[in-house]
Amino acid sequence: MVTETATVPAPAPALPVKTVRVVSRNWGKPNSHTLPSYRDSGGYKLWEKTVKGQGLKPQELIDTVKAAGLRGMGGAGFPTGVKWGFLPKDNPKPRYLVVNGDEGEPGTFKDRYIMELDPHMFIEGCMLSSYAINAHVCYIYLRGEFLFQVKRMEAAIDEARAAGLLGKNILGSGFDLDIHVHRGAGAYICGEETGLIESLEGKKGQPRLKPPFPAVVGVFGCPTIVNNVETLTHVVPIVEMGAEKWKALGKNGAPGTKLYGISGHVNKPGVYELPFGSTMRELLEFAGGVRDGKKLKAIVPGGASCPLLLPDQLDTPLDFDSIKKAGTMLGTACAIVMDESTCMVRAIARLLKFYAHESCGQCTPCREGTHWLAKMLTRIEHGEGREQDLTLIDEVANNIMGNTICALGDAAAMPTISYFKKFRHEFEEHVKTGKCRFGEHEVAPRQVTIGP
Amino acid sequence: MSLAQSEHPKGPLEFSAKAKDEIKHHVAKYPDRRAATLPALYVAQREFGYVSPAAMATVARELDIPETWVREVATWYTMYNKVPVGKYHVQLCGNISCHLTGADKLIHGLSQALGIKPGETSKDGRYTLAEVECLASCGSGPAMQVNDDYHEHLTVEKALKILRDLP
Ligand SMILES: Cc1cc2nc3c(=O)[nH]c(=O)nc-3n(C[C@H](O)[C@H](O)[C@H](O)COP(=O)(O)O)c2cc1C
Ligand code: FES
Repeated sequence: MVTETATVPAPAPALPVKTVRVVSRNWGKPNSHTLPSYRDSGGYKLWEKTVKGQGLKPQELIDTVKAAGLRGMGGAGFPTGVKWGFLPKDNPKPRYLVVNGDEGEPGTFKDRYIMELDPHMFIEGCMLSSYAINAHVCYIYLRGEFLFQVKRMEAAIDEARAAGLLGKNILGSGFDLDIHVHRGAGAYICGEETGLIESLEGKKGQPRLKPPFPAVVGVFGCPTIVNNVETLTHVVPIVEMGAEKWKALGKNGAPGTKLYGISGHVNKPGVYELPFGSTMRELLEFAGGVRDGKKLKAIVPGGASCPLLLPDQLDTPLDFDSIKKAGTMLGTACAIVMDESTCMVRAIARLLKFYAHESCGQCTPCREGTHWLAKMLTRIEHGEGREQDLTLIDEVANNIMGNTICALGDAAAMPTISYFKKFRHEFEEHVKTGKCRFGEHEVAPRQVTIGP
Repeated sequence: MSLAQSEHPKGPLEFSAKAKDEIKHHVAKYPDRRAATLPALYVAQREFGYVSPAAMATVARELDIPETWVREVATWYTMYNKVPVGKYHVQLCGNISCHLTGADKLIHGLSQALGIKPGETSKDGRYTLAEVECLASCGSGPAMQVNDDYHEHLTVEKALKILRDLP
C-alpha cells in the first residue's frame, strides 16, 4: 500500500520567505537540492579543504563552534561546542554523530525545508561536525512521515558519495565518513535524544535514564553526539565566516541567525530566517500580522510545549535567555499565533490528547497524568466539567513536572499550567455554564480504535 | 481484533528477491543487525500490504533475530499497520496549528462525505480515515498525508477533489 515515491506540495509562495540569507541562502534557486547547484555557490569547498587538513583541525573546529556560541536548535538550547567537548578522550570505541530530524514538536516545521531545499548544506554541516568529533559514521534520523525528505536526503548523500566527498579515504585524506538515513515510524517520543537512540538501535523509542549521557554511552554503546538538523547546518557558515563575524549577525546579544517558523492565525505563515534575537513583534510583522485584522490573544513561542506569551510581551527577543525572563521558552522557535476567536480550553484539550497519546508509558506521572489531564480538559471543553476539575488541573500538572525520565511530561505540564493560569476565567466559565463563548466547537468525531 | 484474527490467510510469507536485497542493504548500515528492524518492517509493509504476525515472523527470519523482538517493535510504532488499511490511508492532522486553521472542519467534512469515522475503512476498501498528530506542515495547514504523499492548504472541497482524482 506504500507508494514508491512520496511527494510534498511545493512550498507556497509565502513559504519560505527569508530576510537574512545565511542557512537559507540557496532556498528558491532552481534545483537548489542538487549537487551542481550547491557547488555553483561554492558548496563543499570548505569540506574539501578541511578533510585534506588544509583548514581548521578538529579541536579548532570545536573551539570555533564554542566561540560562536552556537546552541542546540532542537529545543533545549544546549551549547553545541560544549556538548562536543563531553566526548571521553580515552574511550577506544567508535564515535557516532546522530542527527535529530524527527521534527515532531507540534507547530514545528523548519528542519524539513532545510532538507527539501538545501540538503547539501546540511550534509556539509554533518561532514564538518563529524570531522570535528572524529566520527566516521553519521546517522540522520528522520520521522517516518518524512518519506519525501528521506528520499531527498538519500539522493543527496548518493551524489556526495559519487563525487568522492563521502566514503573511504575521502579525497586521499585518509579520513573515512559515511552518512546513513534512518527512518522512524510515528512516535513523537523518538525526538527525545535517548528515545531516538533506542529507535535507531531497532527498539521501542523509550527514553533512557541519564546519566550516562549519550556523549559517554550513546548508540550501540558508543560515545554519541545528538544534534538537531538546523544546529548542524549553522556549522557551515560559522566555519566559513569565523565565529566573530557569524556572532555579529545576531541581535540583542544573541549570536548568528535563526530559522523562525510562524503558523496559526497569521497572514503569511512560514519559515523566516532572521537575526537571532529578533523580537516576537518583528517575526509577527514578517508574517503579515494577525489574520483578518483580528486581535491577538496569545502566542506559543516555540512549539506546543512552551508556556504562552501574551500580547503585552511582543517586544521579547526570541532567544534562549531573553524569553526565559518572559516566563516561557524558545523551544524550536516555531511560534503558534492565536487570535481572539481561539478557545483556550479547546486548544489545550487538543494538546493534551496529543501528549497522552505520545507518552511512552514508562513513567507513572506522565502516563497517568497526561491521560488524566486529557480526560478532564476534554470534559470541560464538552461542557461536562466538574468544579473539582479546576483544582485538579494544577495539581496533576505539578505532579508530573520534574518527576519523569524525559521531558515529555514537562512538555505536557508546562502549557497546561500556563493556559490555565493565564486564561483561568475561560475554564471556569466552561465549567459553570457548560457552554463555550467561542461558539459550538465543530468537534471532530472521535477516533475509533483499530487493530490489536 | 486479536492478532490471530488479523493473520494473513495464506500461511508463511516470503520476501521477494528485491526485498531481500533491500533488507541486506539496510543491515549493512549498522553494526548490529537488530537496528535494521524498523526499515525491514517498512519493506514488509510494502510487500505484504500490512504488518500481520506472519509478516513480523518473516522479518524476524530474514534478520535472524527473535520474533518477539520484531513483534514488540512493530506493535509499538503507529506507522506499521497491523491490520489492512484501505487503498488510500487518509491521515488528517488534528494538532494545534491545523486546528487553528480549520482541521476540525476538514475532519468532519471528509468523515461525512466518505461516510466513515476516523479509524474506519470504507466498505469498498478505498479509504481509511485517520486523525494523526502534527505532520510538520503547520505553516501550510490544514494538512493531510495520503499514503506517503503530503497535501497542504486544504479545504473540504480541495481534499475531496484530491481523493476523488486518485486512481
Ligand atoms: C519529548 C521530546 C521531543 C523532542 N523532539 C525533538 C525533535 O523532534 N527534534 C529535535 O531536534 N529535538 C527534539 N528534542 C530535543 C532532543 O532531546 C535533543 O535535545 C536535541 O536533539 C539535541 O540537539 P541540539 O542540541 O542540536 O538541539 C525533543 C525532546 C523531547 C523531550
Ligand atoms: S499542526 Fe498540523 S502539521 Fe503541524
